[in-house]
Amino acid sequence: MCNHPLWTLIAARQIRGLASESYLVRTFHLPTSAPLWQSECMPADRPNLPDLVSRVKLRLLRMHFESGVGHIGGNLSALDLLVCLYHQILRPEDTFILSKGHAAGALYTTLWSTGALSEEDLRTFHKDATRLSGHPPPNGIPEIPFATGSLGHGVGLAAGVALGKKLKDAPGRVFCLTSDGEWNEGSSWEAIIFAVQQGLSNLVILVDANGLQGFGATSEVADLAPLAGKFREFNLQVEEIDGHNCAGICGALDRTAAGPRVVVARTVKGCGVSFMENKLEWHYLPMTESQYRQAEREVLEACATRSAGS
Amino acid sequence: MRDAFCRELMRHSARPEFVFLTGDLGFKALEPLRASMPRRFINAGVAEQNMVCVAAGLAHTGFRPWVYSIAPFVYARPFEQIRNNIALPGLPVTLVGNGGGYGYGVMGSTHHALEDYGVLLTLANMRVFIPAFDSDLGPIIETQMTCAFPSYLRLGLSEVPDGFDPPPYAQWRHLVEGDSATLLVAGPLVGGIVREVTKMSREERPSVWLISELPLGNIPSGFLEDVQRTGHLAVVEEHVSTGGLGQMISHDLMLASVTVRRFTHHYAQGYVSGLYGSQKYHRRESQLDPASVLAALAAVAT
Repeated sequence: MCNHPLWTLIAARQIRGLASESYLVRTFHLPTSAPLWQSECMPADRPNLPDLVSRVKLRLLRMHFESGVGHIGGNLSALDLLVCLYHQILRPEDTFILSKGHAAGALYTTLWSTGALSEEDLRTFHKDATRLSGHPPPNGIPEIPFATGSLGHGVGLAAGVALGKKLKDAPGRVFCLTSDGEWNEGSSWEAIIFAVQQGLSNLVILVDANGLQGFGATSEVADLAPLAGKFREFNLQVEEIDGHNCAGICGALDRTAAGPRVVVARTVKGCGVSFMENKLEWHYLPMTESQYRQAEREVLEACATRSAGS
Repeated sequence: MRDAFCRELMRHSARPEFVFLTGDLGFKALEPLRASMPRRFINAGVAEQNMVCVAAGLAHTGFRPWVYSIAPFVYARPFEQIRNNIALPGLPVTLVGNGGGYGYGVMGSTHHALEDYGVLLTLANMRVFIPAFDSDLGPIIETQMTCAFPSYLRLGLSEVPDGFDPPPYAQWRHLVEGDSATLLVAGPLVGGIVREVTKMSREERPSVWLISELPLGNIPSGFLEDVQRTGHLAVVEEHVSTGGLGQMISHDLMLASVTVRRFTHHYAQGYVSGLYGSQKYHRRESQLDPASVLAALAAVAT
């Protein structure tokens, strides 16, 4: 648990109603050079991942609100996975590829939380002359190896990086986060056939299985259920987890196997914001100011509740 | 040209950064290469979109991947993968298309590559190599193995006329002196043309230039002088008109305010009769065979 005064302040603030932006900036802004867990609140040996997720979620909501950008639902479903990856799993020799490029906001804010992107960077999101386009850019950010956003590319790219590491006998794993809708793409299946054939034991594919895709539920559009079963049929090692449980995420991502692995993370689109959860429209919609305020309040309340309960 | 390609590549098989990916092709051609670098020769299966993504991932980790298939399967099927993952980040991946133009002949239209370099040259950082003779492959492969940009190699069928010694490889080569016109040719089509024009007198025959790399870059002054002298530039290519060499050079000449009295363009016209045949058959239908090209030049001159 985190007993930093932050959470007391949040609780107090919550009673008064809103958390003002200046309050958030003052409270959450951290030195960009130091990973979040190195702050007083989160000693390196005991990172409190759920609290970290909440911090990043608040920054994500603010970034999308300030930029008037939608796509927030699929960012919120992926956020626990990204924060756990970057703060608990990834080592310097590892590589991460975001195949579901429409979760760029979640990636950017997670990179902000590690110090790889600055507060100034995030303020430019989706604006003219930004490095942070709506989908990850091809050049200029060392932590982002490829421009993704066209679905069905990431797993093949990750397989190539994993094969490169194998051919060099180099250490390091490759993690690739996909959506569930993008398994409609044949190229995704080409990639796992290749990964299994090449025995890429250094490859871990995550599926953000939020059950909603571009214009309908996955079950209505191109039903692949049971997705985990299909992966097993392709001879992958498969694990199904709750994609919003940090301990479970970290446990699943850190396991090893003789070949490539898939972690199917059951998630909720718009997770943590009641009026967005499991709603297709939040694949696209930007927030109004009152919606943003409510979203922020709900995240803060969840933190306070968690803090009080721990 | 495929055997020469394999032979020249094998000179590089000891390079630790060299990885060769094939889309399940290479029977009776690439076995020696596979034997010379078993760990880095990868049959990626019939899955070209993935093969290009894997190549990009390998290049990201410092390898120099070569991606091989029948031409349309290497540039058309995985076009978006090439655009997003190789061209945009500018990774040094070499795409190899076997059977440029009508190379696969009566195998049919699905196997022809009539718009390969036009399409690829719309992409960032991309460079195209079109060897005309087997002897061009050594220097081209050396460049592609060491360059810092993505590139495409269009393999065809080398035709070297008897008694003709191709000059050392260069992007632009002046093969035959002549007065009737200035002929600019891309690729192996030039072999048959050289064979025919060398039977003609200098006054009757065109001056023949060969280009083997695109985009054009700086046009040599000798070529510009030649065009001014003959007053007729004729471009010959086994590629559709749109996005082809003819459009590239006319565009560049106009930008440079170079006036050409007469410009003609000989290009692949698709499937004129709707029937299929050998590469020679399709060249004839598109009037790309040497006799048709020279007849057209003669008709213009009169």
